[in-house]
Amino acid sequence: MTLEYILFALIIVVGTGGELCLGRAMKETGELERFRPLAVMKLLGRALQVKWIWIGVAMMATAFFSLLLLLSFEDVSFVFPVTALSYLVGALGGIFFLGERVSWQRWIGIALVCLGVSLVVIGR
Amino acid sequence: MHSRLHLKTYFLIAVMVIAGPIGNLLIAKAMKQTGPIVYWPPSELLHVFLRVFGGFTIWAGIACLIAFIVAFMLALSMADYSYVQPAAALGYVMIALLGVFVLGEKVSPLHWAGIAVICLGVSFVRGTHPRTTENPD
Repeated sequence: MTLEYILFALIIVVGTGGELCLGRAMKETGELERFRPLAVMKLLGRALQVKWIWIGVAMMATAFFSLLLLLSFEDVSFVFPVTALSYLVGALGGIFFLGERVSWQRWIGIALVCLGVSLVVIGR
Repeated sequence: MHSRLHLKTYFLIAVMVIAGPIGNLLIAKAMKQTGPIVYWPPSELLHVFLRVFGGFTIWAGIACLIAFIVAFMLALSMADYSYVQPAAALGYVMIALLGVFVLGEKVSPLHWAGIAVICLGVSFVRGTHPRTTENPD
């Protein structure tokens, strides 16, 4: 049981970490100014040249396949309550890795989302 | 008060919230239509592969998931991760609605309560500024 919890913690940290790397890459790429197909393609093309995007994709893929592996021998109901924690990890990563400022109002919102996702999962 | 940044971010989060769950649903449906997966001999695996990728459903699902990830990347190009990630939890609302109206599932009261709490949480996040970092350029 303990081993499974450690694996879940790793999956959450690696999966959310991968998304944070994607965020880092997109911050370096710059903002999309207009919703034109060509502008979107150009932005995505520039993003693919940022190393963080590949680190992020590798981490997200690792988390995805680890989750599949774990699901193959573990019950789903045990798996998903832990996913609510990814919002906490994400906010901390936003602050310390991306330099975002999370105000008290945003913290309250994130805490409520965590609670809501837990209820959805338990209520299934 | 809605700036251009707000409107662009809302639009992209809406694409994520709609396309993500629909994509997952379509892929799950395509995999169920496939029937049992036989791994041996390898020629059987090829048949399974052709059955999965020969249908329309799987490609529609893949297109939705591509739309999801592109919208996610574009959203992160203009808004905070700590804004987009909790806001995208509205996908749980979409999943419940798809469950009720498309799959004819019953959703428990606790599940609906969770969805109400998620919506409340997202409304708090929405009250904060989408971007708290400077543009690098």
